[in-house]
Amino acid sequence: MGHRLRGAAAITGLGMTPMGRIYGKSATELAADAVRVAIADAGLKKSDIDGLLINPGITGMTGGGIGLNLQNYLGMDEMRLLNHMNAAGSTAAQMIQYATMAIDAGMATHVVCVFADNPLKEGGSAGAAYGGAARNPSRPKGMAGLTPAAGYFGANTPYALAARRHMALYGTTQDQLGTIAVGQRQWAAMNPLAQMREPITLEDYHASRWIIEPLHLLDCCLVSNGAVAVVVSPADQAASMAQPAVYIHGMGQGHPGDHNAAGSDWETETGGRLAAKTAFGMAGIGPEDIDVCELYDCYTYTVLVTLEDYGFCKKGEGGPFVEDGKLGPGGSLPTNTGGGELSGYYMWGMTPISEAIIQTRGQAGERQVPKHDLVLTTGNGGSLSYHAALVLSPHPGRS
Amino acid sequence: MADATIEKPLPEPDEASQPFWDGAARGELMLMKCAECGAFRLPSRQHCDRCLSDQYAWEQASGRGTVRTFGVMHQRYHPGFADEIPYNVTIVELDEGPRLPTNLVGVSNADIRVGMPVTVEWERHSDVSLPKFRPA
Repeated sequence: MGHRLRGAAAITGLGMTPMGRIYGKSATELAADAVRVAIADAGLKKSDIDGLLINPGITGMTGGGIGLNLQNYLGMDEMRLLNHMNAAGSTAAQMIQYATMAIDAGMATHVVCVFADNPLKEGGSAGAAYGGAARNPSRPKGMAGLTPAAGYFGANTPYALAARRHMALYGTTQDQLGTIAVGQRQWAAMNPLAQMREPITLEDYHASRWIIEPLHLLDCCLVSNGAVAVVVSPADQAASMAQPAVYIHGMGQGHPGDHNAAGSDWETETGGRLAAKTAFGMAGIGPEDIDVCELYDCYTYTVLVTLEDYGFCKKGEGGPFVEDGKLGPGGSLPTNTGGGELSGYYMWGMTPISEAIIQTRGQAGERQVPKHDLVLTTGNGGSLSYHAALVLSPHPGRS
Repeated sequence: MADATIEKPLPEPDEASQPFWDGAARGELMLMKCAECGAFRLPSRQHCDRCLSDQYAWEQASGRGTVRTFGVMHQRYHPGFADEIPYNVTIVELDEGPRLPTNLVGVSNADIRVGMPVTVEWERHSDVSLPKFRPA
């Protein structure tokens, strides 16, 4: 007898707007575009939807992000389930988890989960939206002010610090990180939705400017405007709906806690370890059973450390594991097959989930991985602070 | 060039952290320590993150530690740092356990190593002093 939630629900609809330097629509309008497409994709009517979970991106913090009032904009009356959620890049997977639990508990039937963001301004730089404390004109208060006083800004800094420690402890090299970037660009070249489709070489990687050593520009994700929505439905209805059902076999989370606390190894052991245990346990599988990985890749390093934490290789061996190119097209562990956040599009946790849905359905065209019975997708947020995972399959999880 | 005159973002002492800044002015690295379980609290805060006690005392730390990790910043986030790019951003793990975001001085970026022993030294500004670290 398997876990009660294994295969309880399925992803039945996917809606994506154009993504990247897309201007002229508010985050709310982008969200509505994605929701309309997702509901139609599932073959449902708006009146079939009785749950709505909402996740803003960085504009949820900087202003203009989607909020609870998206319900009213969408005219979704009589919702049985509604929330506005934020656990950073892990939120998208979490929304699908809570939707699954609510459906299993009989609290909702068809739940829409939506992410939207539009931090890019016409003529503005991609980095401008993620400067953190650098944008704050007032003096930072108390000892927390030691962070900006040290010139520690933005999301790039903690990931550089984490990657550096991994390199120092385990001998991980710049070439190994670069191999991840090159492989994902090869995938992106086959994805019409990807923002960056020009092939790159390891030499291009090394030549790209430093952001904060050891991270080059090509170690860092894109910034995108756009929206992605999915519909989660009961498994017993999913089989007869419009699209091939994407059954949810496993779900897990892991949130390691304060970086500055004595004893924390946040740099090299992420919440993925805990999430893997729960998600693989629920699915009744191990890493050796996974055919395709869609891993949150805010940075190349995030992919490397996530592979370790899910047990695809031992701790510290992520570098040698990836350096033969096995994550790229034709490799033994196809990973981030749409180009990911590095080369595809940056919709936070919805980037890996959307590609996981496309691959699980078998709709990825020339980049389709032939064997896609079990697909792992992960979300990560904060500074390797928040983590959530889904194991997806085209096969029902309940017999 | 006008940017070069823009100051770095200096912390503003608040009630909870005042003993830290008072210690800094004397050249002493002060840490908040839980009066119940003995865990250090950094940054200073009302509740202990180990036992949730709201009792504490301030204690002088050794000022010694090691480089836990570091990066070398090339991106211009804040105009106050424009003239120092590339500069190091370093996490020092204090001998007492907690970790402090800081910068190393007296060493070139190319010579910084994870695990390097360091000692505190103070960078004085008008109303606060900042803990920086130098190879021991």
